[in-house]
Amino acid sequence: MSAVIDSHSDDHHHGPAKGITRWLYTTNHKDIGTLYLWFSFLMLFLGGAMAMVIRAELFEPGSQIVSPEFYNQMLTNHGLIMVFGAVMPAFVGLANWIIPMQIGAPDMALPRMNNLSFWILPVAFGILISTFFMEGGGPNFGWTFYAPLSTTYAPPTVTFFIFAVHIMGASSIMGSINIITTILNMRAPGMTFMKMPLFTWTWLITAYLLIAVMPVLAGAVTMMLMDIHFGTSFFNAAGGGDPVLFQHIFWFFGHPEVYIMILPAFGIVSHIIETFSRKPIFGYTSMVYAIASIAILSFIVWAHHMFTVGMPIAGELFFMYTTMLIAIPTGVKVFNWLSTMFKGSISFETPMLFSIAFVALFTIGGLSGLMLAIAPADFQYHDTYFVVAHFHYVLVPGAIFGIIAGVYYWLPKWTGNMYDEVLGKTHFWMSFISVNITFFPMHFVGLAGMPRRIPDYALQFADFNMVISIGAFIFGLTQLLFLFVILKSIFAGKQATTEVWEGAKGLEWTVASPAPYHTFETPPEVK
Amino acid sequence: MKAATKTNLKLASLVLGMFCFGFALVPIYDVFCEITGLNGKVSGPTITEYDENFNSREIKILFVTKNNENMAWNFTSEKRILDAETGTAYTVDYTFENPTDYPMVAQAIPSVSPGKGAQYFHKTECFCFEEQLLQPGEKLTMPVRFIIDPDLPSDVPVLTLGYTLFDITESHIKLQASN
Repeated sequence: MSAVIDSHSDDHHHGPAKGITRWLYTTNHKDIGTLYLWFSFLMLFLGGAMAMVIRAELFEPGSQIVSPEFYNQMLTNHGLIMVFGAVMPAFVGLANWIIPMQIGAPDMALPRMNNLSFWILPVAFGILISTFFMEGGGPNFGWTFYAPLSTTYAPPTVTFFIFAVHIMGASSIMGSINIITTILNMRAPGMTFMKMPLFTWTWLITAYLLIAVMPVLAGAVTMMLMDIHFGTSFFNAAGGGDPVLFQHIFWFFGHPEVYIMILPAFGIVSHIIETFSRKPIFGYTSMVYAIASIAILSFIVWAHHMFTVGMPIAGELFFMYTTMLIAIPTGVKVFNWLSTMFKGSISFETPMLFSIAFVALFTIGGLSGLMLAIAPADFQYHDTYFVVAHFHYVLVPGAIFGIIAGVYYWLPKWTGNMYDEVLGKTHFWMSFISVNITFFPMHFVGLAGMPRRIPDYALQFADFNMVISIGAFIFGLTQLLFLFVILKSIFAGKQATTEVWEGAKGLEWTVASPAPYHTFETPPEVK
Repeated sequence: MKAATKTNLKLASLVLGMFCFGFALVPIYDVFCEITGLNGKVSGPTITEYDENFNSREIKILFVTKNNENMAWNFTSEKRILDAETGTAYTVDYTFENPTDYPMVAQAIPSVSPGKGAQYFHKTECFCFEEQLLQPGEKLTMPVRFIIDPDLPSDVPVLTLGYTLFDITESHIKLQASN
């Protein structure tokens, strides 16, 4: 036994290995977190570049720059890369970095699997992107890959897409098992469930959602694979199957998936708002129960994405009411954030600015979601730019602002240097203004009837589309500033203190800045 | 067993279970559609015994035939419209013709609308129960025999029986090759 302990303690004196092998072989949660974050940043720029192509094409009516076929590929891969490549890995990266430090654990429970679950991601996206250079081009059926667009009418490269999705799913599942096992088994003594930091709580629930729905997605793409290559007819009416079945299976995965992309942001924003309001979070217990309720409800609302497929009235009503029910726990969270700020001693550093913008703009996205939940009204809104406005409001100033806020909040802990506050605030204001220029007019063109997923549009939408495109270009360029701020903080900047932020609560603020390679080898005592 | 290993095993079995659940959704969906009559799925060749003194009423039945894309056959029904009574058996003939110069296999898929009326549409015989193989230029007439259940809700004055004809020659060849 003592030999084991000895060889273990030898490791610390070594520190990280040198060169590329440090990153290839690493089992350190901080290294893997860093890898995840840089990978998602790369994917953010790749998916963003595709969005720029889309907005350039839509700058004016008529066919401008790319062919409709290529436009469809841009549209599809923008969605796939942003969802599976940017937002999800960014959250897993934050989880890797922060959860062990928040619960006082020395590392993740399964460090080698952690390494594997990261390193198969570049493989998956390599496969996905390689389809662009093959005959028939990349996936072109929308990120929801509805059958028969993705089966009968798909380009031949769809098989590569299917395997890429399988690998992404395996990565997410392994990551989730790791996170749950870490949280359930490795908390510091005295840290009961109801003392757990909210980011850890949101990730615990998110990981359960991932484990429940990623296998269903794997099943859906497996059925597609069998329909395409093995003559089955899951989604083919000629053989007794049903294309509508695909939509049910997809959205059974898809709706919990959209909460997977927002719940960890709720956790991040909760920490930031309490820190910069210098007050403990209002209604901690109700926050935990609200997250759990949202997660449970997410399993029974999926068909609100398909109100127009021809459901009976009872189905429409069921999915309409359950969807509206979600507004209650979400409202609880929003009011708790507002109550935390109320009479707080607020200061407006960059993470706080992004968090306040998150609360305001995410609520706008939530309200347009309520409008879409009204089944009879949805027949008007379905597949218009109103839907595009809705989900971009919850994903860009929602999920992405949450991630950016988290990066600014914990960056000094990672690099040991404070970021440049002036540049950070510039980044915030540029992003905040341009994100609204981009997505707010989409509500109007959507309500006026502009359909989504089209490379051209009627002339009456021209002015708004030009405004949208200009906003999108500014937003895209602004994110280069974010890259610069991060790089600057890595190489220079004021030395950060251990606490970093005045009065910041949580175990991660008790370790030195930058966080040493190994933390909490002796578990801290939580009172 | 270590606590962490236990948690891992539980989570791994949850993953496996949810993967199977994804596939279980296929039969669940079918059963659900059949029970509720959603999707216009009809309940199949059930012959129901009726009371002697059921109340029959008049009902209009429309017949719609449609080819799936790229399907070259001529596919028509002898009638487009039928004034029928509930509880009485009717026969309607459908004609298939393969105008191409190669043999083809086809499958007709039925759908009854409105969906809530589907479960009251009882077919005792239908060409849609089997696949049709036609040689080049061959013509075939086949019947549908059906009874409309007298229990059909009174707010359904019209039933539409639609058939879509699918070309399944390719998957037929694949199946035969694998057998």
